[in-house]
Amino acid sequence: MAAIQRRKFDTLIIGAGGGGLRAALKLSDADASVAVVSKVFPTRSHTVAAQGGMNAALGNVLPDNWHWHMFDTIKGSDYLGDQDAIEYMCRAAPKAVYELEHFGVPFSRLDNGNIYQRPFGGQSQNFGGDQAARTCAAADRTGHAILHSLYQQNIRAKTHFFDEYFSVDLLKDDEGHVLGALVFNIQDGKPIIIEAKTTLLATGGAGQLYKTTTNALINTGDGLGMALRAGIPLQDMEFFQFHPTGIAGRGMLITEGARGEGGYLVNGEGERMMERYAPKAKDLASRDVVSRAIATEIREGRGCGVNKDHVMLKLDHLGEEVIQMRLPGIRQTCMTFLGIDPAEAPIPVFPTAHYTMGGIPTNRNGQVVMPVKDTPEEAIEGLYAAGECACVSVHGANRLGGNSLLDILVFGRAAANHIIGYLAENRYHRSMDESCVEKAMQRFERWGKNSNKTGEPVSVLRDELKKVMEEHCGVFRNEEVLKEGVQKIEQLAERMKEASITDHSDIFNTARVEALELENLMACGLATMHSAYARTESRGAHSRIDYPERDDINWMRHTLYSFENGLDYKPVRTKPVSVDSFPPRPRVY
Amino acid sequence: MSQLAHISASQLYWRCRRGMLELDLLLNTFVEAEYNSLTKEDTILFSTMLDYQDQFLLDLLLGKTQSPDATISNLAARIKNACHEKFKLQN
Repeated sequence: MAAIQRRKFDTLIIGAGGGGLRAALKLSDADASVAVVSKVFPTRSHTVAAQGGMNAALGNVLPDNWHWHMFDTIKGSDYLGDQDAIEYMCRAAPKAVYELEHFGVPFSRLDNGNIYQRPFGGQSQNFGGDQAARTCAAADRTGHAILHSLYQQNIRAKTHFFDEYFSVDLLKDDEGHVLGALVFNIQDGKPIIIEAKTTLLATGGAGQLYKTTTNALINTGDGLGMALRAGIPLQDMEFFQFHPTGIAGRGMLITEGARGEGGYLVNGEGERMMERYAPKAKDLASRDVVSRAIATEIREGRGCGVNKDHVMLKLDHLGEEVIQMRLPGIRQTCMTFLGIDPAEAPIPVFPTAHYTMGGIPTNRNGQVVMPVKDTPEEAIEGLYAAGECACVSVHGANRLGGNSLLDILVFGRAAANHIIGYLAENRYHRSMDESCVEKAMQRFERWGKNSNKTGEPVSVLRDELKKVMEEHCGVFRNEEVLKEGVQKIEQLAERMKEASITDHSDIFNTARVEALELENLMACGLATMHSAYARTESRGAHSRIDYPERDDINWMRHTLYSFENGLDYKPVRTKPVSVDSFPPRPRVY
Repeated sequence: MSQLAHISASQLYWRCRRGMLELDLLLNTFVEAEYNSLTKEDTILFSTMLDYQDQFLLDLLLGKTQSPDATISNLAARIKNACHEKFKLQN
């Protein structure tokens, strides 16, 4: 094996979205040497797509309190969220907003100069009382503003960026310490070992698991795959948030606003289908009810189109003037991506995968934790995770709008704080374990010049994986559907071992990148399907038709899935840091 | 302005990976449909456009904002048209 270039840093951060960049900034400002590895240019990370805003109990518009925010988040999580982490996040939220303001994020303002806050679903005053207004936003591009401000601050702080580098695998020695990662330069195909005293995974979610998703193509669960291959379990992967009305076959959202303006859903027989599922609320029923209704219509053969694989959202009865005035963005999106003017024709829609609630288990310091012997949460030395790839768990079984940007910023910062303490006590790099380098190189070279050239194409397997996940682990779940899904995904994982690519060049070999990404997605798919099959209850985003009730006696616990041990479980942390617990109650809005 | 005069299809393809699904679809569709017919000038112009911030690029391609540079506006129209053509066929 030719000598591989090596670089040494105090901290390696994999992923350059909001979580990774927040941590990097804190560390660089504390004089740590920080490497950020990103497969795309940092400001093209998926944080840029977050439009809604960021929750913090500032009380600028209506009275508010971090404790009310905490209650809403726990209730929203369907009591699967860890209450210590949620308390920590809600207490830290105002400070996180003010810090961003100082970094240059142009938050929208009230006339009195204070930060504007908008109301959002799931927010309340007084523990379930009147609507609260808790979401701070920079117009409709909050994620964009945060990402660009953090990137500029990191340039000032001299964070070292490895742009367009792909991370292959974590490097972990026999004693369980994480020593960095093997990465390679997408531009020239050359591998580099980045040795680090501490490594933070901040690679985002895995929405590309599903055929219909709002997520960008980069969201392939890379950190989740790396964790599983390093022997670390993934937590609560069965909880995936779906939006009911994505554009069928494309994925992008048609917001609730379309139905709020009078739009309604029709099935293939021309019926207003929501009357059957929610006679009162009809098309304004909650997201999970509308999503399941669409999936049920399609499964029972009442879908639209040649393949009967979607339903229609009708807006044309509203008239061109109303649509242009109140829903111009939706009209533009439909005309661009469907060639359809919703003022003239209905929009084909299908539930679209939006957010990965599960992920790499961490504590509220961002340390990755896993069960060791009788201890359910033993920290792995040198390894941290933050953001959508992590499961702290503040979202539990269902994430509230406005809490995802908050999560990445609070826990990116918390991880950095803990790392600073760790670096003070661990001043030298541990010796590199060459056997783990060799193992990571084998995975890298699996797709190189000497690899199998006659196997199935990666693109075929990717399409099949997305289809299997959508049909067997989407919004419609029962014993039969999931059991078949487990069989199919196990078969796909076997076929993946023999898959091949035809491009073996070194310069911008995107085929190799996509093969490595598919391995990560396949790992996420296995975790998600197995976890969903085993959980025989309905909680938050995991809805079982055959087990429609929440079962706190048997299932108020976190799922853990690993390659080595299959499924395992650990208790929910129901004890907050300083206040009384919120015991489970029916989640009714 | 980007100095990339001889940029490969795979390099362009990778730089079409963005933070937003809408941009992924628009840009990848354009490269797949039109890379072989791009002139050297087109390629340089397109790689310049790929240096734009995601949100600005999306606004430009969806027609929410206009570029004062006619060559950029024309390219934006070509990208949008490629998307139209592809998805019209799929409907």
